[in-house]
Amino acid sequence: MSVLVYIENTEGKFKKSGFEVLSYAKAIANQLNTNLIALSIGNVADDDLKSLGNYGADKVLTVNHQNLKSFVNQAYSAIIAQAAKNLDASVVVLSNSFTGKGLAPRIAVKLQAGLVDGAISLPDMAEGKFVVKNNVFSSKAIAFVEITSAIKVLALMPNAYKVVETGGQATVENFDYQANESDFKTIIKEIVKASDKVSLPDAEIVVSAGRGLKGPENWGMIEELAALLGAAVACSKPVSDAHWRPHEEHVGQTGITVSPNLYIAIGISGAIQHIAGVSSSKIIVVINSDANAPFFKVADYGIVGDAFELVPQLIAAVKALKS
Amino acid sequence: MKILVCISNVPDTTTKITFTDNNTQFNTQGVQYILNPYDEIALARAVELAENEQGTVTVLHVGDANADATLRKALAIGASDAVRINAQPTDAYFVASQIAAYAQDKGFDMILTGRESIDYNGTKVAAMLGEMLDIPSVSITKKITIEGNTGILEREIEGGKEVLAIPFPFVAGTAEGVADWKIPNMRGIMSARTKPLLVVEPIEVQGLSKIVKFESPASRTSVQLIDASEVSKLIDLLQSQGFLKN
Repeated sequence: MSVLVYIENTEGKFKKSGFEVLSYAKAIANQLNTNLIALSIGNVADDDLKSLGNYGADKVLTVNHQNLKSFVNQAYSAIIAQAAKNLDASVVVLSNSFTGKGLAPRIAVKLQAGLVDGAISLPDMAEGKFVVKNNVFSSKAIAFVEITSAIKVLALMPNAYKVVETGGQATVENFDYQANESDFKTIIKEIVKASDKVSLPDAEIVVSAGRGLKGPENWGMIEELAALLGAAVACSKPVSDAHWRPHEEHVGQTGITVSPNLYIAIGISGAIQHIAGVSSSKIIVVINSDANAPFFKVADYGIVGDAFELVPQLIAAVKALKS
Repeated sequence: MKILVCISNVPDTTTKITFTDNNTQFNTQGVQYILNPYDEIALARAVELAENEQGTVTVLHVGDANADATLRKALAIGASDAVRINAQPTDAYFVASQIAAYAQDKGFDMILTGRESIDYNGTKVAAMLGEMLDIPSVSITKKITIEGNTGILEREIEGGKEVLAIPFPFVAGTAEGVADWKIPNMRGIMSARTKPLLVVEPIEVQGLSKIVKFESPASRTSVQLIDASEVSKLIDLLQSQGFLKN
């Protein structure tokens, strides 16, 4: 028995969300009094693989294959499920990232395992049960989900578990995987990266703006503030519906749900559907000219005032602090 | 071209979420149900594609007769026929198993679901279906076009997108951007009344998980207002909490 954790890499590098997943899986391995095996797929430097030991991995399995340089959903899920079977893993952990969302359900079916995606807590194993929390009803409630199958699959919500460094190095082993041709039906035609912008779903800070900005030409100051804070840029639904900003920046019930440590909402009144998508943020700051804007009711800090005056002042204050 | 669109019947986005039976059951009292918004754009795109390719669109729901109004709405939007698998869903595995059992021998070229439902918010059914039917799946799809017998799909990735070519059949979970929401017209509403709605009995299958309890999220302490003339105070507060790194 063991715990298996799949660690994603982006162009050969592990990210913070990967270390979160690893730390979370280590805590589960400790609960079960067993070892933690990490699995990496793709071309990652040996030193980076060994460094996973610093977050609790006892051993790292690596699969580096010509056909697996880019993510192939079916093939990757086949590898992870195969590793889980070989190791007799009782729990399989991965990130609830865009990639993890595609993988976890397929792995769960292969292993006949119950799945909690968007997990926000460690499993409660009292009375021999296995109960994990996740957000439901667009973060208006939390569900306690009991997994009743022998094997469990958990996809951890980004920013939901703190990275814990344990020190140490892991041993690295190649994992032998027999490619199955039918797992490669999907052909990647093109990968388009949006410059060096911070990705919204795993951003620690999000700066978001709404109709209060009056037009797309006024987003320069939002982008400047976001860049200074190392934050991702987001917007409300009316803004993306009006094509002022692209759909992938829309956060809210029908857009992306985010759970950053800090969410700054500028010129967004706070419709219930918008709040549903951001309410699991740790700290919410609201800047709005309307003191009665509903967003203030769920905010931690608020400033009532004109965004066109306040945002440049915020930018100046952050710059002053940094210099 | 044959397209299957799987739909959920979910509480209206403005619903106040409360629970009964010692916080173990969702309180459905007075709740208005709607077609899940992500499923609605899946359906809208399916109808567009079927119009271009002289295809058909079947909508499917796993649930009880309370969803029939939602299935009729889907027919009004443009689906050709509707199927309801008459079972109370327990978890995503149960739902996907029911859909896979139905779809298995029907020759669908494409199966669409919304990326998630706005009630239980899982992104599970599309990929589970793909696995059960042993065909490719894309869980968060931003765009779908057709070239012959191949779907050209845009998948959302961290900080960008990936363009994929996938031969029929495949499963896709649709996100915003895949189509605009469609409002049914009078002709659609009238014709929906006479389109077939088939009720199918479920297969025997055990779920692998269950919700044992609900909880409301911790409410925030009331907002601390900062005067507009003291913007730097906000920055100081944020810095003291470790948000601003030099």
